Amino acid sequence: MKDRLEALKSEAIDKINESVDLKDLQAVKVAYLGKKGPITEVLKGMGKLSAEERPVVGAYANEVRDSIQQELDKKQAELEEAAIAQKLASETLDVSLPGRPVKKGNPHPLTAVVTEIEDLFLSMGFTIAEGPEVETDYYNFEALNLPKGHPARDMQDSFFITEDILLRTQTSPVQARTMEKHEGQGPVKIISPGKVYRRDNDDATHSHQFMQIEGLVVDQNVRLSDLKGVLETFAKKMFGEDRKIRLRPSFFPFTEPSVEMDISCFKCSGKGCSICKQTGWIEILGAGMVHPNVLEMAGFDSKKYTGFAFGMGPERIAMLKYGIDDIRHFYANDIRFLKQFKNA
Amino acid sequence: MLISYNWLKDYVNVEISPAELADKITKSGIEVEMVEPLNKGISGVVVGHVKECSQHPNADKLRVCKVDIGQGEISQIVCGAPNVAQGQKVAVAVPGAVLPGNFKIKKAKLRGEESLGMICSLQELGVDTKLVPKEYSTGIFVMPSDAEPGSDALEYLNLNDHVLELGLTPNRADCLNVLGVAYEVAAILKEEVKLPDTSFTNTEEKAEDFISVNIESFEDNPYYGAMIIRDVKIGPSPLWMQNRLMASGIRPINNVVDITNYVLLEYGQPLHAFDYNRLGSKEIVIRRATEGEHIQTLDDQDRILKDTHLVITNGTAPIAVAGVMGGATSEVGEDTTNVLLEAAYFSSARVRAASKDLGLRSEASSRYEKGIDRNRVYAAAIRAAQLMAEIAGGKVAAGIVEAGKREVKSYTVSMAVSRMNALLGTSITPEQTSAIFDRLGFSYKEADGEFEVVVPSRRPDITIEADLIEEVGRIYGYDRIPTTYLLTEARPGGLTQNQAKRRGIRNYLEGAGLYQAVTYALTTPEKSTHFSFNGEEQVYPISVAHPMSEERSTLRMSLLPQLLEVLQYNRNRSLEDLAVYEMGSVFINRQEVLSDLPEEYVFVSGAITGVFNEHLWQGERKTADFFVLKGILEGLMSELNLSERITYESGIIENMHPGRTAVVKLDGIPVGFVGQLHPALQKGLDVKDTFVFELNATRLIDSEIQQMVYQTLPRYPSITRDIALVVDQELPAGDLFTVIQAAGGDLLKEVNLFDLYEGEKVEEGKKSLAFSLKYFDPERTLTDDEVVSAHDRVLKSLEERFGAQLRK
Repeated sequence: MKDRLEALKSEAIDKINESVDLKDLQAVKVAYLGKKGPITEVLKGMGKLSAEERPVVGAYANEVRDSIQQELDKKQAELEEAAIAQKLASETLDVSLPGRPVKKGNPHPLTAVVTEIEDLFLSMGFTIAEGPEVETDYYNFEALNLPKGHPARDMQDSFFITEDILLRTQTSPVQARTMEKHEGQGPVKIISPGKVYRRDNDDATHSHQFMQIEGLVVDQNVRLSDLKGVLETFAKKMFGEDRKIRLRPSFFPFTEPSVEMDISCFKCSGKGCSICKQTGWIEILGAGMVHPNVLEMAGFDSKKYTGFAFGMGPERIAMLKYGIDDIRHFYANDIRFLKQFKNA
Repeated sequence: MLISYNWLKDYVNVEISPAELADKITKSGIEVEMVEPLNKGISGVVVGHVKECSQHPNADKLRVCKVDIGQGEISQIVCGAPNVAQGQKVAVAVPGAVLPGNFKIKKAKLRGEESLGMICSLQELGVDTKLVPKEYSTGIFVMPSDAEPGSDALEYLNLNDHVLELGLTPNRADCLNVLGVAYEVAAILKEEVKLPDTSFTNTEEKAEDFISVNIESFEDNPYYGAMIIRDVKIGPSPLWMQNRLMASGIRPINNVVDITNYVLLEYGQPLHAFDYNRLGSKEIVIRRATEGEHIQTLDDQDRILKDTHLVITNGTAPIAVAGVMGGATSEVGEDTTNVLLEAAYFSSARVRAASKDLGLRSEASSRYEKGIDRNRVYAAAIRAAQLMAEIAGGKVAAGIVEAGKREVKSYTVSMAVSRMNALLGTSITPEQTSAIFDRLGFSYKEADGEFEVVVPSRRPDITIEADLIEEVGRIYGYDRIPTTYLLTEARPGGLTQNQAKRRGIRNYLEGAGLYQAVTYALTTPEKSTHFSFNGEEQVYPISVAHPMSEERSTLRMSLLPQLLEVLQYNRNRSLEDLAVYEMGSVFINRQEVLSDLPEEYVFVSGAITGVFNEHLWQGERKTADFFVLKGILEGLMSELNLSERITYESGIIENMHPGRTAVVKLDGIPVGFVGQLHPALQKGLDVKDTFVFELNATRLIDSEIQQMVYQTLPRYPSITRDIALVVDQELPAGDLFTVIQAAGGDLLKEVNLFDLYEGEKVEEGKKSLAFSLKYFDPERTLTDDEVVSAHDRVLKSLEERFGAQLRK
């Protein structure tokens, strides 16, 4: 009987080793260790054995069963591993193939520039003021020290709708409206971005519609030197920490003194190149101290309050920043143009 | 304004280069836009004396000249100019010379004759054709007879000069002349201004015996002065004067006209010379033109005048439009001998009206419009008379015949040094301030840092303290003003909720795959009314009074016409797969005559066409369709927390597909629409199937903001039941949703449509819709009975309302 068990054991182990997959192995398991298998048979036949033999054979049978089981487990682990390896091998992807694209658009470059500027001034404690694009002559001109017949109205050929209503030529009317709302009480600290309109023929550098961002601070003790500080912060943030600024005297009817701000050229750092027309400086914006007439018209006491204002063109800034050569690109909306500003 | 560097140096000592000067002028307030050398790359051009001039043996149009080019050296030069002649002094480019455009002169043989250089025209020396005196416009330039052969021709022609181009702001009309710039430069360089010597001797004749002057309105014409210069000899003006005129962009005509232009440039005072003999009377009357009155102007045009124009008359007929242009009848010509010189101050409003109506803008009119120095009118007249005596051989009659006031009184403006420092953020002392006023040539009184400044008449732009502060500040130097930070109390900046939501909408749409476009607000009158969903109420398009073109004449009431232009623009470049949106203002006017500002709303609109998204190598492709776009809108409404209040109902919108358009309603009120473009419009635009939406973002944003409420996470399981219904094909699925939701009650938390079938397997005229219903109670586990009873209610309602049958 012991021989029989020995034979079964080696037979079973051979079968186990011959198994090529888990199914074979399962069959071996059923065949040798199952309820109807030969080892069970042996154990069933134990009754015929003597009392001395019975425990010996019993123990041996159990030993055989255990070692078959061990072999089975071992083989099973092997086969499982092989199966996984095979599965993995069959699942291998060409990871260099392109992924499924996620559809995503992006902002227009002008919005990107405006948003960047807005965020900068928001961080400096400014709020954003807005107003209508169709304006009254009063807010667009008169409240800004441009009475009817003023020669500076010449600079602003406008789209009038009626004698008193026009498409705003600047976002400054928002300043006038905001100051009026403050009823003579400071501080006012706003920027006003928006679309403006002028009677220009559209060409590479002119557009009858364009954007402006203006800023206004009115309070007691606001100085030209403070304007310099704010503008310097702006220039460094928008065009790089190394930028220097310079103020040049200029003229705007709603500010006195008026200045224009240049920044040191970000392309050549002041050595002179085509961007700065060999001057080392790039004109960025106009600014100045709010004209006393403008303060008074908006209800502020110009003896007590002073203020500064500045205004810039996002198109110009975007053109400089990205090297865009034609302002009409902004309004043609060629999709190949728009798509380039993914990270703007 | 073009300013000759050499001319400027007549009045103020300048020891720095034109470029350095330009930099200093720019920094202290007047932008020098360009410094242009008149020498555009010329070398080796000398004065030559044409000793002989004969016909070229082999060419009709050429002459062979023997030219003395200095030190007795005679060169043979072949010249093609028709006006070359023996005895002339000319500019010769000798072999080795270089002309503008890097044109090198070499020895040459022209039709067999040797030519050692070239006799030059002014154009060949880089002078703009329109500035070259007419007599030399098609030939060589003839220099004065005293020019020394062999010497540098550029010196004679002032081509070693530089021209500064000033970009003047409207307040600095005082620098529209060389003397004005001299005052500015003197202040910058701490120099004195040297005025020209204008002394001359007049004859015993009296001007008043020749002419009388009457002004009808001193408001239109505060001052008019007339001088009489007899026996002038009309001819070319001296070369130095011609050079200066050309450098300043004015073409020399003849000595008398040149003198008026020269003094205009020098003093900024427009002058006019009449041929006295042709006046037709001995009086000058300045009056308004009568409506419809005619005058033939110098340019031989017949002009019809209005009663807002001011004219100079001989007592009966107009002989000049004041400040704008002289008349042809009294024009100075070759045979003129006696001149009436006009020096006047006309009101800028009168000059502007005439110059605008007649479409005539001249050096004179633009100066009157911007304002001239009232107290320099007389001085300019004297200067011109002196020059007429000096260079035109004229005899100046004594005196000036005047009407109106020759000069106005000066006024003062006060300025406190303390307020200046407070405004600029500087600490400029009273002593520094006085020094700056001295440099500017402003006289003043000072006590304890309070200045009382007498404003010179050339600077009428200075009227208030801030103007003086600017003057001191700019001469002090803006680069010396410190950089400081606002003392204003710190307050938080930040977007308003409305602004934040607009950014949110933009970010969402971009995340959903749409690119932002920005288009023009002005469109055609026709397009302005397209896609309107303003309901029954009458709206009126808003057109601008003077559009640049029909294309850009009327304000938009919808963003879509412009977005469709974007599609078309891209389509024309074979870019057919597009997804774009725009956020911008539209303008709604409900007034027949616009007297109040129109309503402005922020709209957000989008358009998709062609392939919306694709994964090429896996063969996946989603083409734009109604549900792609509707899905985007549903996501947007969810983003705005408005989903529950929004409905989509089929509706008719002009230019939209009648069967594929939904009106979007917020609480039952239309706020926009979504759908396919009308196929006819698509065809017209030559675009593929295009789906668009338009929403009144202002309405969406302004609608009450619902606070987000947190829902506890479910602790009990939900039960899902599916139903497949057969209903009439016409029945909108939305109606089923509404009824299911209502009948399901509180326990029904979610309804999803997961199948739609129309075809053979259902009865004709019917369709099958399958819904998945999720029941759930946050407080406890639902019993089967509860779900069955709710579900039965749903089925019963559907049957009662729509005759819906469960699909077998």
